[in-house]
Amino acid sequence: MAFKSEEDAKAYWKENVSLMVKLMVVWFVVSFGCGILLVDVLNNIQLGGYKLGFWFAQQGAIYTFVALIFYYSRKMGALDRKYGVHEE
Amino acid sequence: MDLQTLTYIVVGFTFALYMGIAVWARAGSTKEFYVAGGGIHPVANGMATGADWMSAASFIGMAGLIAFMGYGGSVFLMGWTGGFVVLAMLLAPYLRKYGKFTVPEFIGDRFYSRGARIVAVICLIICSVTYVIGQMKGIGVAFSRFLEVSYDTGLLVGMFIVFFYAVLGGMKGITYTQIAQYCVLILAYTIPAIFISLNLTGNPLPQLGFGSTLVGTDVYLLDRLDQVVTELGFAEYTTQVRLSTTNMFAYTMSLMIGTAGLPHVIIRFFTVPKVKDARSSAGWALVFIAILYTTAPAVAGMARLNLMSTIEPAPGQHLAYDERPQWFKNWETTGLLKFEDKNGDGRIQYTADTATNEMVKVDRDIMVLANPEIAQLPNWVIALVAAGGLAAALSTAAGLLLAISSAISHDLLKGVIMPDISEKQELMASRIAMAVAIAGAGYLGFNPPDFAAGTVALAFGLAASSIFPALMMGIFSKRINKEGAIWGMIGGITVTLLYVFQHKGIMFIPGTSFLGGMDANWFLGIEPNAFGVIGALVNFGVANLVSRLTAEPPEEVQELVEHIRVPMGVTEAHDH
Repeated sequence: MAFKSEEDAKAYWKENVSLMVKLMVVWFVVSFGCGILLVDVLNNIQLGGYKLGFWFAQQGAIYTFVALIFYYSRKMGALDRKYGVHEE
Repeated sequence: MDLQTLTYIVVGFTFALYMGIAVWARAGSTKEFYVAGGGIHPVANGMATGADWMSAASFIGMAGLIAFMGYGGSVFLMGWTGGFVVLAMLLAPYLRKYGKFTVPEFIGDRFYSRGARIVAVICLIICSVTYVIGQMKGIGVAFSRFLEVSYDTGLLVGMFIVFFYAVLGGMKGITYTQIAQYCVLILAYTIPAIFISLNLTGNPLPQLGFGSTLVGTDVYLLDRLDQVVTELGFAEYTTQVRLSTTNMFAYTMSLMIGTAGLPHVIIRFFTVPKVKDARSSAGWALVFIAILYTTAPAVAGMARLNLMSTIEPAPGQHLAYDERPQWFKNWETTGLLKFEDKNGDGRIQYTADTATNEMVKVDRDIMVLANPEIAQLPNWVIALVAAGGLAAALSTAAGLLLAISSAISHDLLKGVIMPDISEKQELMASRIAMAVAIAGAGYLGFNPPDFAAGTVALAFGLAASSIFPALMMGIFSKRINKEGAIWGMIGGITVTLLYVFQHKGIMFIPGTSFLGGMDANWFLGIEPNAFGVIGALVNFGVANLVSRLTAEPPEEVQELVEHIRVPMGVTEAHDH
């Protein structure tokens, strides 16, 4: 591995895990949160013809998932370069 | 041109395309056979993953299920897409960095144990085989319905096509064929949906049309749907919960981690050149999947509304049986739609009350297939739907068969039984394993075991409770050792199996529940299909406990974990 130091290796992994945890929180909130646990509350709000909770469960969660993966992919690319461990 | 001829032309054209690709993309090495040479562009791999993932069940079954489950059907939509987020962040990049050919190979190396590898092979084969039976049935059914040949002939033709490109091209042939199959299936799914959305709401995008008002009124489609179904005594479409909130939670989670743990999906990420590509490729896969998965709920709701308003155009005004439309008659002859004039008035009453309901059978699977007919779309659209259903079933079958055959030739033969065979011999062995796997799957397609319907849940349950936790702990913990991983996998599977067997009988033989007298869904009201997440928790718990009581993994294994966590110094997917 090409880390400059042991600390760098630790810091890289820590940043990776913290990014992952943040994004997994969003993943959880849009699907299990808005789509299941809070669905009744959100259903009081309308989004066009959709009840909001229903929309999250059948549309919104999926759009968010797509955005999450691309955001993660971009952020990790930047992190790899910051620590000089990106691929040639 | 009549529908029959048109269907033959469209389906025949797509088959010729798949065969052409097979000849062009022959595999010359084990690396090409197992991981398509490791040089597939991430967008192309995403598309192939989409076709691999979306099976006959997604294409034909899912919208039909949702049409009758309403909001409760969301578990499939979120579960089968959210799993890719889990896969992209927790597994795919690290497994790609590790750079070997199969999932059991990683488990065997990380847990420095041939036993762990064999346990993983067994889990893999069970989940893939149960899954492939469904695809084989899908191929037979699609042929027999659209081309009016027998189920058996249809299955034989399907086996021949898969045999041709999977044996010849391995992962390489399968990948390029799946790209073509994705295009066919997504067109076949979206075109009818666009027509139907236009008819009902005037909006060509089904995702928006589903939230719009009905043409010529200011009533929202969803409000109208809720009203129509509740008037007949059915549960309100947009709030109909599947058993309970706890159950929906468990179901969604089980499908998500089951998705991330299914070997035929994971191995797709071994085919891209870099770690970076594995991350973005998961995103592309989900884009291609999301196009179908956001259309499906609209198709479901619109199909339900169309069905209801055909039978009862206005409240209290029931369709006369003699005036039923042609599609109604067509599906009646298949036995999937049944009418029984209980009150003898010659009109169709469709209600939630079984005593007065006269639509005694409405098979969920007909919703997608009948949709274009219900909406009176042109014949070429119906022909395209046939080709799309076949593409979905063929592409998933091929991906599963590759996962099975590589587990046999690479993990069992090369890894355990005959480690000294040459690359050329292994390539031959993998082709033979593929041929045997196709023959085996075909046999199960001709003679579907009685428990076939019950085992699909098992594929997800097994993947969620055995493979997913083992992979995740292998990457994120250095402390989990051989003993922990093996006992964790065994514990997770056992708990899941016991719960399923307790509901459906041992090995799905009815009446053999050994814990007789227990209430259905006794554990927190969770149904057996949703139990994978509990199995996974058991796996995590057991693995941690056992690992803490036994010796730490050896130094070189801890170094392996360090190695896979960093993209640099990527190893190409290779042998040793």
